[in-house]
Amino acid sequence: MDQKELFALEQQCIQECAPPCTAACPVHVDVRAMLAETARGDFSAALKIYQKVVPFPHILSRICDQPCQNVCRRGEIEESIAIRALERAAVNHGELPEEKKRPMPKRSGDIAVIGGGISGLTVAYDLARKGYKISIFEAGNELGGGLWKADRDYLPAEVIREDIEVIYELGVEVDLNTLIDHIHLFELRNAFDAVYIAVGPHASENFELERDEYGIIKVDPITFETSMAGVFAGGGLLWGIEMHSSVTSISEGRRVGISIDRYLQKVSVTASRVNEGPYTSCLYTDISGISPRPLIQMGDPDFGYEWHEAIQEAKRCIQCECMECVKACEYLREFGRYPRRYVREIYNNLSIVKGTRYANTFINSCSLCGLCAEICPENLDMGAVNLKARQTMVAQNRMPSSAHDFGLRDMQFSNSDKFLMVRNAPGTAASDYVLFPGCQLSASSPGHVEQVYSDLREQLSDQQVGLMLGCCGAPANWAGRPDLFESILSAWRTHLQAMGNPKVILPCSSCYQVFQKHLPDVEIISLWDFFDTHGLPAEVTSANRTVSIHDPCSTRYESHIQDGIRHILGRLGYQIEELPRSRERTTCCSYGGMMWLANPNLAEKVVQKRIQEGETDYVTYCAMCRDNFAGRGKRTWHILDLIYNQGSDEQATRRGPNYSQRHDNRARLKRQLLTEIWGETMDGSQPYESIRLNIAEDVQAKLEQRLILVEDIQRVIEYAERTRRKLLNRQTGHYLAYYKPTTVTYWVEYLPIEDGFIIFNAYSHRMEVPGSGSS
Amino acid sequence: MSEPEQVWICDNCNIPLQPDKVDVAYMGNAFPVELLKCPNCGLVFIPEDLALGKMVEVEKQLEDK
Repeated sequence: MDQKELFALEQQCIQECAPPCTAACPVHVDVRAMLAETARGDFSAALKIYQKVVPFPHILSRICDQPCQNVCRRGEIEESIAIRALERAAVNHGELPEEKKRPMPKRSGDIAVIGGGISGLTVAYDLARKGYKISIFEAGNELGGGLWKADRDYLPAEVIREDIEVIYELGVEVDLNTLIDHIHLFELRNAFDAVYIAVGPHASENFELERDEYGIIKVDPITFETSMAGVFAGGGLLWGIEMHSSVTSISEGRRVGISIDRYLQKVSVTASRVNEGPYTSCLYTDISGISPRPLIQMGDPDFGYEWHEAIQEAKRCIQCECMECVKACEYLREFGRYPRRYVREIYNNLSIVKGTRYANTFINSCSLCGLCAEICPENLDMGAVNLKARQTMVAQNRMPSSAHDFGLRDMQFSNSDKFLMVRNAPGTAASDYVLFPGCQLSASSPGHVEQVYSDLREQLSDQQVGLMLGCCGAPANWAGRPDLFESILSAWRTHLQAMGNPKVILPCSSCYQVFQKHLPDVEIISLWDFFDTHGLPAEVTSANRTVSIHDPCSTRYESHIQDGIRHILGRLGYQIEELPRSRERTTCCSYGGMMWLANPNLAEKVVQKRIQEGETDYVTYCAMCRDNFAGRGKRTWHILDLIYNQGSDEQATRRGPNYSQRHDNRARLKRQLLTEIWGETMDGSQPYESIRLNIAEDVQAKLEQRLILVEDIQRVIEYAERTRRKLLNRQTGHYLAYYKPTTVTYWVEYLPIEDGFIIFNAYSHRMEVPGSGSS
Repeated sequence: MSEPEQVWICDNCNIPLQPDKVDVAYMGNAFPVELLKCPNCGLVFIPEDLALGKMVEVEKQLEDK
C-alpha cells in the first residue's frame, strides 16, 4: 500500500465527514460535540466549542439564521433540534475561564477595515489576534453596523456593546463617523497594506471597483479579492438586504481574514481552500429506528432554555455518525475504531522499519467475508485491504507463523496422499462431471459425500461422473500466500484437463468462490443448483417445520445458490423464517479468513452473536458453519441432513468432529471410496500411525483447544521411544518427551501400557530449544 | 523430593537434570534461558506453565517486532 492508495482508502470511509449541521454552518460550529457536552450538563465545555469559531457568541446566539436547522436529521423524524437556542443556553449557562494573557504575536502589516458591522469586526478580531495593526472606519457613531437594525427585544444594546468590547481590548483603532468613498479608498489603499470593504447591504458607494450586472462589487468567490489588488470585499454588501445573514457575514469576514493574512505573508491566497463556507455533508447516518422525541418548549422564551430544559433538548440530538460497518461487524467493533483509522494503522504496520507492529492481530483477525463492503455507503472493503496487507506481510517475511500455520498444515494434509484423490468413474478415461466435495464436508460428514457421489452417478446415469478429493486452496489465499495458492490451483487445472475438463459440482460455497474467481475457465455448478434443477436424490417427506437459513458468507453474491437452497427447503416442506441478516447481508461463522485461528476469542463472540440472532433451528449449507453453530449448542442442520435424514434431533445437535477426527474422517473416506468403488488399496502409512493412544475426555478437550492433533502426539512418542530421548518423572513414573515435526515443538506426558500409551498431558510452543529432534 | 530438579531425570542417561543456561531461539532471535537440562546429553525440560505463559508472550512480542 503506498500513500496514494492509503489516501484513497481513507477518503472512502466517511465516518469523519462533518455532520450535516456543521457542514451547513458557514463557520462550521461543531454542533454535535457542543450538544453532547450540553446533554452531559457541561455548558462551559459547550460554550468553549461554540466560541472557538464564533467571535461574538452573545450576539450570534441570538440572531443567527441557523441554516443548520434545515439539514438537521432529527428534522426528518419530527422538529429539528433548536440549535440556536442551545447555543444561547451555552452562552447563558456556561462560563469561560479567564483567557490567559499570552504575548501577542506580531505580524507586520497595516489593515484598513471599512465598515464596523459584524463582518468587518470579524476580520478585525481575527487579524488583530494574529498581531496585525487594524483600523476600522465606521460611518456611524458606534460599531455594530447592521446589528443596530435588529429587534432590540431580541438583541439588546448592552449585549452588542459587551460582545464588541473585545475589539477595543485587542487594540484595534476605531474611527467613527468616517464615511469612506472611492477617493478615500485610493488613499487608504496607499496608506495601508490591505483593505477590507464591508459596508453592509445598505451602502450605495461602489468605490469604482468592477461590478457585476446587478451592480454588486465583483469578488473572487473563494478569496473575496476585488478588481483592485490588496482590496477585499464581503459581508452584506454582496448579498443585499433580502439575503442578509449574520453568520454568513461572519463566515466571509473569517475567510477574508485568511486571504489578507496570506496576501501579506506573500503565500498562495488560493491554495487548499476547500469547504470554507457552507457545503453538503458526506456523512451517512441511518436514522431508521430512532424514536421520536418532541421538541422541548421553553418555560421563559425571553430568557431561552433553562439549564434542565437545554439538557433535555440536547439529548434529542442523534449524534450523527456512520459506523454502519462497525455496527454490523463484530470484528470491526472489537478493535474500537473504524475503517478510516484502521487503514492508517495497517499502512503504518506495513511501512514500519523498526518497532512494534501493532496491527498484526487486527490484519489477521478479519474473516474477509465482505459484509463491510456490502454495507458501506462507499463500498469500502476491509477484507480486500486486509488480504492485501497479509500478502505484503508474507512478502516482507513479517507474517507471524502462528497466525495461519495450523490451517495451512490442515490444507497440506488434505492435499497429501492421505486425502488427495482424482478419479474418473471406474472403467472410464474421462468425465462429464466431477464431484468436488471439498475438505470440510468430507471431514464433517464423510457419509454424506459417499451418498452424494453415488446419487449423482445414478441421477446422471448416461454420463460419466468422476470424483476429486482435496482442498481447493482457500486457506492459502486467506493466509496471504499467492504462490502457494497458485500452485494448488494449477494442480486442479492439470487434474481437470486430464479428466477431459468435466463440469465441477461443488457442495462447498468456499470452494465455489475459489473456482469461480480463480479458475474462471472451469465450468462449475453448485450442488444445490444441481439438486434444484435435476431434482432431489432422495424421497421427499414433508417436514412441516419452520427453520432459519444461515447463508454461508461465501454465497454473499450468489443469489442463485441461496434461491436453490430455499427451493429445496420448500420442496422438503420447511417454512422459512429469514434471519435479520441473510443473503447479501449474511455474516461469517468465524471460519472465514482463518479468524478462528488468529483470534479465537473474537471468533467465539462472532459465533455467539450469530447463533443468538434467530430462535428457530438453523439450516445451512456449509459444513464449517454447521459445526461452529452446533458445537455451541445451537440446533443446526446441514441441508444434506434434511435431504437424506429428514433432519433428526441427533443431527441438529451433533458436535462436529475434533481436528484429529477431521483428518481421520478424510483419510477414511478416501480409503473407503478407493476400496469400494475403484477396488484399490492405499499403502504407505507412516510407522507412528499405528501407535495406539488412550486419551481421557478432559485431556482430549485440552488438546483440541491447544490445536494438538493425535498424529502430533503419535510422532512425539514414536520419536521418544525410538531414540529413548525422554524424561522420567520420579514421582509419578510418567514420561515426558518433546519433538518438533515441523514448526511447533510438542511435549507429551505419557505412560506405556500393554497395547499403547496413556496420554496425561500435551502442550506446545514455537520457540526452538535444543534436542527437539527437528526434522 | 518436590523440587523439579529432584523429580526429573533423563531416562536415557539415568541422571537428574540440572539447571543450566540454554539457548532458545525464535524468528532469528536467540537468547539464553535458565532451564533444567541433562548434563550428559543436553535434553531439556520446559514445564507447561513456561510453555503456555512466558514463552507465548515472548513469541508474540517477537512476531510483532
